[in-house]
Amino acid sequence: MLERKIYLMLLDFDIEQNTLKVAIKGDFCRFDDEVQKEKIYAAAPKAKQILISAQDLNVWDSTALVFFYELAQIAQKNSAQLKYSNIPDNLKHMLDLALKVDRKPSRDDARAFDFLFALGNWAVGLYQSAARAMTFVSQIVTSFGRFFRGKAVMRSVDFLFALEDCSYKAIGIMSLVSFMIGLILAFVGAVQLKTFGAQIYVASLVAIGMTRIMGAIMAGVIMSGRTGASYAATIGTMQVNEEIDALKTMGIPTMDFLVLPRILSLMITMPLLTLWADLMGMFGGAFVGVVMLDISPQEYWKYSLDALNFSNFMVGIFHGFVFGIIIALCGCYYGINCGRNADSVGVATTKAVVSAIVLMIVATGIITMSLEVFGI
Amino acid sequence: MKQTEVKIKVEDLTIAYGDFVLMKNVNFEVNKGDIFIIMGGSGCGKSSMLRALTGLVPPAKGNIWINGLNFNNASQAQKDALMQKCGILYQSGALFSSMTLAENIALPLQQYTNYSDKLIDELVSLKLALVGLKGFEEFYPSEISGGMKKRAGLARALALDPEIVYFDEPSAGLDPISSKLLDDLIVEINQSLGTTIVVVTHELSSIFAIGTNSIFLDAEAKGVIAHGNPKDLLKNPPNQKVLNFLTRGEKGNA
Repeated sequence: MLERKIYLMLLDFDIEQNTLKVAIKGDFCRFDDEVQKEKIYAAAPKAKQILISAQDLNVWDSTALVFFYELAQIAQKNSAQLKYSNIPDNLKHMLDLALKVDRKPSRDDARAFDFLFALGNWAVGLYQSAARAMTFVSQIVTSFGRFFRGKAVMRSVDFLFALEDCSYKAIGIMSLVSFMIGLILAFVGAVQLKTFGAQIYVASLVAIGMTRIMGAIMAGVIMSGRTGASYAATIGTMQVNEEIDALKTMGIPTMDFLVLPRILSLMITMPLLTLWADLMGMFGGAFVGVVMLDISPQEYWKYSLDALNFSNFMVGIFHGFVFGIIIALCGCYYGINCGRNADSVGVATTKAVVSAIVLMIVATGIITMSLEVFGI
Repeated sequence: MKQTEVKIKVEDLTIAYGDFVLMKNVNFEVNKGDIFIIMGGSGCGKSSMLRALTGLVPPAKGNIWINGLNFNNASQAQKDALMQKCGILYQSGALFSSMTLAENIALPLQQYTNYSDKLIDELVSLKLALVGLKGFEEFYPSEISGGMKKRAGLARALALDPEIVYFDEPSAGLDPISSKLLDDLIVEINQSLGTTIVVVTHELSSIFAIGTNSIFLDAEAKGVIAHGNPKDLLKNPPNQKVLNFLTRGEKGNA
């Protein structure tokens, strides 16, 4: 807190014959006696003339200035005359400066809440978002077209940086989380299987669960929180710093330059990260099987291998591939459509992660049903 | 003879980033009521000097005295108390984008005073009116122009009636009229409130219009190569570099 001093001040007022007389003396600093001020503010509108005498005013600060300013505003509003006597020149200068209006604000936000208006606004917003998303996807498709024809404006160094960021740099967190997921899966399965004396099937449960879907889901969740959020934040900050405007005015397609390297790198690394997550998950399961369920490593390994099949692996990898595209698309889309202030970068990042996770779940549902139809 | 009060004293100041020494053994004093200009070409360390004066960059060597207190050796509580007497207007205004202009200006008042909400509201309106933004209380920074952002930033810097106000490139990005209005406002605040002003700039029109004292920093010399009233420096330039700078290269060799 600012240091508190005791200031000697005297604020006196008197109203007679439509004239409000206010006298100020002493050191008018840190003046926060609201009661006294309110009495004067209440009396002021009744006066046709306000006379402020500042004789023997020693020092003053903003709290004095604000008192004068409020009185002047009341006088202005009621077309009352305002007269000062013995007011310090510097105080008068500041008061004149405050009362001089340079420019009036212009913003039409006085519209009352209207349900139909709000509904219409929401529908238009929804349509515009959908149109923006479709445009984005079509631009990506065109960009891929340019890429396959060797005409995309993409720097290989950007691609390599993106690849580096979402490959070995993600291995640590991926290993830890997948190991723990395999471990949890084995635990939960073991509790049930033990009642039938079938704990050996924990190996099969973990192997099938991890390879078919859990590995891909975990890789997707981790990468959307790690890499998808980073894409949205990086590109969003570029939007705030007008770097994207600079790219556009230079005639460089933002899709080629910013989005393509990121999508390509996640398309490549996500299936590999899914495989790694599968493996780590199986290690987690083995840990529980060997240490807690007294299954020998050889036995656990044999049952795991028996449960594994090629189609499960491929289903998991395909999920990983699709999740990679979803994560990159969400990150880049919200980054490019980010607003122009610090807040909007946070909003873009949140939306990128939440949308990616929701879309991954939706995609999993669609893929699972489709595979069921095809009997895979 | 009138006794001048020294508000800021910089003593043998060296600023370095790692092994790179930006400036060394810089000495100068800012008197109370001065509009002190820190000028020089790009990369000479003007902004670093401002960051050192506001405690954002610790000096590699030397001392900075503000209001008689050695800023480098001061405790955090002393530094905080001192910084409440200083206002800073950053180049972009540095307003918090998630807050309205009123909330931006109210923040230091809420943090450092016991004023009632009503008084804070009144003070916020006053400060905005002082910088010509009356009625813009509920606007967000994204809804106003660059010049208005600077004025709002200045209103925030003035919130606690500071004794010293620092300005980082106040004219940058402003049209000539907005720039002139801001210069007038700086002079008005300086003269009416007796506030000491430190301005980092290389805008010649501003330098001559408002500066009462100055230092000229040079990247090659790694320090101050001229000191004095900018108008006097123009009349009697101590070296070619200063003449060249103050005449936009029209006199002296580029």
